[in-house]
Amino acid sequence: MHGGEGRGAAGAGATTERRFDVGQLTRVEGEGSLRLRVRGGVVVEARLAIFEAPRYFERLVVGRRPDDVLDIVARICGICPVAYQMSAVHAFEALYRVDVDPAVRTLRRLLYCGEWIESHALHVYLLHAPDFLGFESVVALAQADRGAVERGLALKKTGNAIVALLGGRPIHPVSVRVGGFSRAPRPREMAALRPALEAAVEQALETVRWVAGLPTPDLRQAARLVALRHPDDYPMNEGRIVSSDGLDLPATDWEAAFREEQVEGTNALHARTLDGGAYLVGPAARVTLAGDRLHPLAAEALAATGLAEEIRVNPYRSIVARAVELVHAAAEARDIVAGYRAPETALATWRARPGTAAWATEAPRGLLFHRYEIDERGRVAEARIVPPTSQNQAAIEEALVTVAPGVLDVPEETARTRIEQLVRSYDPCISCATHFLDLTVEREP
Amino acid sequence: MARPRLGVVKFASCDGCQLTLLDLEDQLLGIAEQVEIVEFAEATSARSAGPYELLLVEGSVSTPEQAEAIVELRRQAAKLVTIGACATTGGIQALRVFADHDAWRASIYPHPEWIESLATATPIADHVPVDAELRGCPIDPGQLLEFLTATLLGRRPRLPDEAVCLACKRAGSVCVVVAHGEPCLGPVTRTGCGAICPAFGRGCYACFGPRETANVPGLRRSLVVLGNAPADVDERFAGFTALAPPFARAAAAGLAAAAATGGDDARR
Repeated sequence: MHGGEGRGAAGAGATTERRFDVGQLTRVEGEGSLRLRVRGGVVVEARLAIFEAPRYFERLVVGRRPDDVLDIVARICGICPVAYQMSAVHAFEALYRVDVDPAVRTLRRLLYCGEWIESHALHVYLLHAPDFLGFESVVALAQADRGAVERGLALKKTGNAIVALLGGRPIHPVSVRVGGFSRAPRPREMAALRPALEAAVEQALETVRWVAGLPTPDLRQAARLVALRHPDDYPMNEGRIVSSDGLDLPATDWEAAFREEQVEGTNALHARTLDGGAYLVGPAARVTLAGDRLHPLAAEALAATGLAEEIRVNPYRSIVARAVELVHAAAEARDIVAGYRAPETALATWRARPGTAAWATEAPRGLLFHRYEIDERGRVAEARIVPPTSQNQAAIEEALVTVAPGVLDVPEETARTRIEQLVRSYDPCISCATHFLDLTVEREP
Repeated sequence: MARPRLGVVKFASCDGCQLTLLDLEDQLLGIAEQVEIVEFAEATSARSAGPYELLLVEGSVSTPEQAEAIVELRRQAAKLVTIGACATTGGIQALRVFADHDAWRASIYPHPEWIESLATATPIADHVPVDAELRGCPIDPGQLLEFLTATLLGRRPRLPDEAVCLACKRAGSVCVVVAHGEPCLGPVTRTGCGAICPAFGRGCYACFGPRETANVPGLRRSLVVLGNAPADVDERFAGFTALAPPFARAAAAGLAAAAATGGDDARR
């Protein structure tokens, strides 16, 4: 499980079926493995298997009250707890027809900006960038380019500071409640964020220039893209579910176009379109489908890279999409803080009513759908939670089938690095999807 | 002198406690100069199955494979330290012990037979001896830094065992029990979070687990006298440290009441 077993070359089997293990996938959130089946030199199947121990969140919330659900679902993921709180709180408020203060809506966007900055800076600088430059970790990268790493850490710290101001702490914040916030920040507290946010915008712009110049493998793997789209805003808390092939649904109706299925050998359910197709959610999907809603500074930064089309087709370029979203989140957070006025009513009153509470928001890794059945007592009778990584699994597997033939005959260590880099470009959060990647190649005649 | 070898591993958990190490943005590169990070799958592709001078363990044991892995990890670790509510008490996923695990598995997975999972999610100390623990869901970055600094200097870490109430008073927060009659578990919960829930206008939900000599029956009585329904008070314990022995009885009663039908519960 941890380190040790299954790492390094596992050696050749019979001449007709060769296996080699590449070991636990590192620099991802969670434990997963990868199996390739090769027949006659052709990769016929790639399977991303998730071994993260199941924690049964969809059952843990049954019988509980909506406010308690907000605390519980945050624990699905230490990297994106706000996302889980946001999809759930909007679902409950939609069912209860709660009218939240417009300033609460703005504060929720600010909270999400904080999480996007923290999560994207973590992924870009600590998890993914070392791949492009041939380093095993951010610590090794820091020895070569300490300035870059310090820039990434400063961004991450600012994202965490936003979440901590609004929610008490960066991981598992405590203030999100049905109806708003248990406490809204005072203008003076918000003002204290301004210098860090001014700096964050510059750091994020520098991040876009830096990642756009990283040596990047070529790959064309156009996937069906799915994201929220909103008439005014870059998608976070609200919008309709749209796709690159014309889908357009209310955020409550994910189940009208997608389904989940269980695949043997993995602890996460996979999501596909109803016709069985793979699709991609996350920064590349959002930048492609809602790029016209980006903050002008982010739109300008994206245009200056000239990589908008590459982001759509080359998964390795997702790091550029993530950096563009860093600019967006930092700039929007800066603007919100500059124009902040405290909500008149931080916490609206509400009455529970039975029915279906459903919503989707944009987690840092993509669309996150929740549905709860609320009973007559105002408690959860049934729950369904569909995280972004479950939705991306099929698309990751399709990209692996494309890339794998090119690495079958290269040295083991190189193959592992290249495959891992591809998987990491999807920023899989395996804790969310239910973590370690062993690469197994099975060769058949 | 060789730097001590640090490992960070996880079992059933959300990754938030190990992330807390990466959240020490101002100290991370300094720490990496003081220790050699030899195993930390979330942060580095360099791997080591041991030995470790210091091993930080996140998460609870919830699969047969994990129950075997922790025994080997203990053999490899000179000092094994559990981090967070999952590793020290079982975590939220431990609530399965109050339910029918097989029924849960079957309700989520169409093919439950493909899923390897135990009917329990247990703290690391139930399986192997543990040298120290950091509490919290998630752990506090200040406590983690204090622990690492003390360990490197060879002194005893200062990890206070007092009630959340003391930090709450020092912070000058209004007592949510006295002012609003809110059920707050601060009096029986170990400090370390900074008393953030009362500062944000809500009662403590015990994510740092019980302090020593926690008087749970006494707190229950007081909260009921203040007008809280006994079942509501009990349900408060059924959270992230529910399986900690001082809380488990109340948590079980609270969950049983929550599962029972009847009674309109709509609030506010």
